[in-house]
Amino acid sequence: MCVRQCAFEGHSYDPETDEVISREEVCVGCHRCVTLCPTNALTVRRNPLDFRPNANWTAWAIRNIFKQAETGGVLLTGMGNDRPYPIYWDHLLLNASQVTNPSIDPLREPMELRTYLGRKTERLELDYRGETVKLKTQLPPQLKLETPILFSAMSYGAISYNACESLARAAEALGIYYNTGEGGLHPDLYKYGKNTIVQVASGRFGVHKEYLDTAAAIEIKIGQGAKPGIGGHLPGEKVVEEVSKTRMIPKGTDALSPAPQHDIYSIEDLRMLIFALKEATRYTKPISVKIAAVHNSAAIASGMVRAGADIIAIDGFRGGTGAAPMVIRDNVGIPIEFALASVDQRLRDEGIRHQASIVVAGGFRNSADIFKAIALGADAVYIGTSALIAMGCHMCQKCYTGKCNWGIATQDPYLSKRLNPEIASERLINLIHAWSHEIKEMLGGMGINAIESLRGNRLALRGVGLTDTELEILGVLPAGR
Amino acid sequence: MTRINRKWFEKDISGCSLTGFICEDGKRVSGETIIRSIASMNERSNGLGGGFAGYGIYPEMKEFYAFHIMFDDGGAKEETEKILNESLIIELQEKIPTRKAKGIHNPPLLMRYFAKVDENRLFEREISEEDHIIETVMKINTSVRGAYVFSSGKNMGAFKALGFPDEVGRFYRLEEYEGYIWIGHGRFPTNTPGWWGGAHPFTLLDFAVVHNGEISSYGINKRYLEMFGYRCTLMTDTEVMAYLFDLLLRRHRLPVEIACMALAPPAWREIDYRDGDMELAKAIRITYGGALVNGPFAILLGHKKGLIGLNDRLKLRPLVAARKENTLYIASEESGIREICPFPDRVWAPKAGEPVMGWLKEEYSSEFELPRTRVPDREKPKSVYSVSGVC
Amino acid sequence: MKRIFIKEEFCIGCRLCEIYCLVEHSNSKDIIKAFKKENPRPLPRIIVEEKGYLSFGLQCRHCGEPPCLEACMSGALHRDERTGAILHNRDKCVGCWMCIMVCPYGAIKRDINGKKVASKCDLCIGRGLPICVEKCPNQALILKEG
Repeated sequence: MCVRQCAFEGHSYDPETDEVISREEVCVGCHRCVTLCPTNALTVRRNPLDFRPNANWTAWAIRNIFKQAETGGVLLTGMGNDRPYPIYWDHLLLNASQVTNPSIDPLREPMELRTYLGRKTERLELDYRGETVKLKTQLPPQLKLETPILFSAMSYGAISYNACESLARAAEALGIYYNTGEGGLHPDLYKYGKNTIVQVASGRFGVHKEYLDTAAAIEIKIGQGAKPGIGGHLPGEKVVEEVSKTRMIPKGTDALSPAPQHDIYSIEDLRMLIFALKEATRYTKPISVKIAAVHNSAAIASGMVRAGADIIAIDGFRGGTGAAPMVIRDNVGIPIEFALASVDQRLRDEGIRHQASIVVAGGFRNSADIFKAIALGADAVYIGTSALIAMGCHMCQKCYTGKCNWGIATQDPYLSKRLNPEIASERLINLIHAWSHEIKEMLGGMGINAIESLRGNRLALRGVGLTDTELEILGVLPAGR
Repeated sequence: MTRINRKWFEKDISGCSLTGFICEDGKRVSGETIIRSIASMNERSNGLGGGFAGYGIYPEMKEFYAFHIMFDDGGAKEETEKILNESLIIELQEKIPTRKAKGIHNPPLLMRYFAKVDENRLFEREISEEDHIIETVMKINTSVRGAYVFSSGKNMGAFKALGFPDEVGRFYRLEEYEGYIWIGHGRFPTNTPGWWGGAHPFTLLDFAVVHNGEISSYGINKRYLEMFGYRCTLMTDTEVMAYLFDLLLRRHRLPVEIACMALAPPAWREIDYRDGDMELAKAIRITYGGALVNGPFAILLGHKKGLIGLNDRLKLRPLVAARKENTLYIASEESGIREICPFPDRVWAPKAGEPVMGWLKEEYSSEFELPRTRVPDREKPKSVYSVSGVC
Repeated sequence: MKRIFIKEEFCIGCRLCEIYCLVEHSNSKDIIKAFKKENPRPLPRIIVEEKGYLSFGLQCRHCGEPPCLEACMSGALHRDERTGAILHNRDKCVGCWMCIMVCPYGAIKRDINGKKVASKCDLCIGRGLPICVEKCPNQALILKEG
């Protein structure tokens, strides 16, 4: 069975000797054979072919040079940045209430996680004539989320149709949204339209009238955390018939999105596109703009809000991808913690924080990360890698080959059968329920019963092991104060 | 005064007692009454802070803004007077009359200034008179070391100090003042030692707030207010209450019930199924998310037209209200009410998140109109228990 | 009656159903012993059919009007009253293999080692849930009324 299940042909059966032989060198560590083996006969370990210990010239650095010397090509990789940069979520700690303030028990009291994303007005106009007060102001369009978590943009093409369907179903059942990514929207998924955020990316794949009409919101993709500054990349092997129809490109061609959107060369062009989309949808849907977290994120975000964006999505450098050049993924972009803190503070300083909601993405591993992000100022969080792991991904980082053994990042019908949307959407629903419950427990422990009181409440956080400057940028006090 | 000048911020917490009443017919009563009421609840404080606010106490100077300011030293006084003289015309300045009282030690210099705005200055700057007063107050509080403005309204004043509230009342000779609204407060701070400015009430223009509880959403309320130009300098979470009321009631001109709904909104489950005003409730909660006050609280907000009492959404702090003829009483404990009104007509416990309001019955004639909704009077719930008879 | 339904869009051709069926119908019920030690090796009652990337596990359909029941000379194939499943009695079977010839699905296999008809699927009666349904990693087999 392992012979059949490994797409990299790591196992083979030799009928002469009646034995299964394994080729260790092609193993990518996806654990497919390990998980399905009925006798638990397999395990995966690091290949112990060691170089001499060298802190500078690590085995990884050496092997990469070998590969490039052989092929002369750009090294590709999948998923998010795996280099040991510091993770600032692990340096932030949370509060709990005692004595002076009762903590609240989420099992006995209502605990509210509902979030509305979109532009908000600074104040409301009321109509006092008549018996009761009526509302005159019309609120701009909002997205209603039952919990402040959304599924991040993963394109159809990078992931299989079954994976897209699992995300769509889970989003509908949970009352949240999923993002189509730049791959367009397959017609069979239109029925989940009211839980869908569609993306208009630099390649404009699959963008047509029905696409915009079906969605609940539209996102303009300027950049992506895993590869800021360059466009999306879908290797030709993954562009099969259905993908080609959905994306509106020829079959088998590499889908390389251009680096910038060629009609947005400056902020005023972005404003034109935002309003073009708003006009096209008759101002009934929020328009979101997604950027990667880079050095001047705060200034860019401020410009974007003034250009008319209703939601700002910031993707940190831990964000995942189906395929990206390794050197860009590992070195470009900044941690989302700093980007979020500085964007939130800048928007507040300018008095425009209410004009857009902030959604962050990039390597959120558990509900504590999400909680801390909301405390720093985010309205909601996009999860990508976590959702894939819930569906079965084991982070072998070989998505760009199209040989995902778990049926997620592949278009090969033999492999994509392995992802049963019924099972996968159940797992996603379980994950989000579990995280929502954990968030409620943490809120209750702090004596808060509504997520509005956590959003931007930096006093709920304390830092450990951070320098003074880092504490200042995050706006957080050190533990003990 | 010993304001603790910590370089870092440490939030002060308000466990305490509060009481207040309004004579809706405008009858003015001596401050002695409020002192008696708060003294009956002395067990709830620890002697590290007490304060009062009275409305209608300066009838001869009612056209002037009465600034109550405390100074650490003469230098602070000079600097402050320079700032005041820049844009205000000071009609009268004098020390606030006090007497030696047991338990009140080392008082700072306490002065009051009756001033009005210099019209010419105002015209140049194109802002309203009230915004200018607020700016001046914020400026003094943030930039002058050792000076703190603790009251800045017309025909009203706050009085606060370090000590048990009845001692504070005697110190300020409150029996010599007569007001139609009085509120009082006794403090049980967990950061020792308290400082004079940390006692309640916190005021801004005509609003005075006393608070029992802890605001767990302080971090975000503060940042929300900073977007509108308010600066929280007083190291106590109650400050945001006063500023939120100023923002919602005065600047955004929301009716009182709507403002209270923004501060203590009903749960989404309830909003989804409300008849009639579902859209309004939803819009309020969405727009004023940063103003949602979380954590246990019972507050009394006094303003020159009336008195409002409000509890948090889960009613985690006590608040009792009572009525006798034209007077509305609200306090942390019934004993505080019965001390000054032994036989009220009606006593009840207000519901979580719904305000109790008392209004001055005379016409609204000032420029500072506080819009009311014409929804049915929420003050008439089922009585918890009612006592009829002669008071 | 409750039958096993196949969802071929989810079958991944891993043949774990065959393996577990074999183990369940072995003497030792232990996977290592069933494969290595038992002689003759028991046969699985489910067959995975595969072509290209289409695959599914096929077992006896427990037809309402089964041809095999009529073809059986010795009466080894009979219908169980309680569950409605078609069961095979090894002791009565004479190995004529007529049932194999008439089964329109090819769901019965020849037990070459043991000289008798390999049993066909018996819906794992007595076990609760059929083992192939329980162990399929992708829920491609489900037990449903109908």
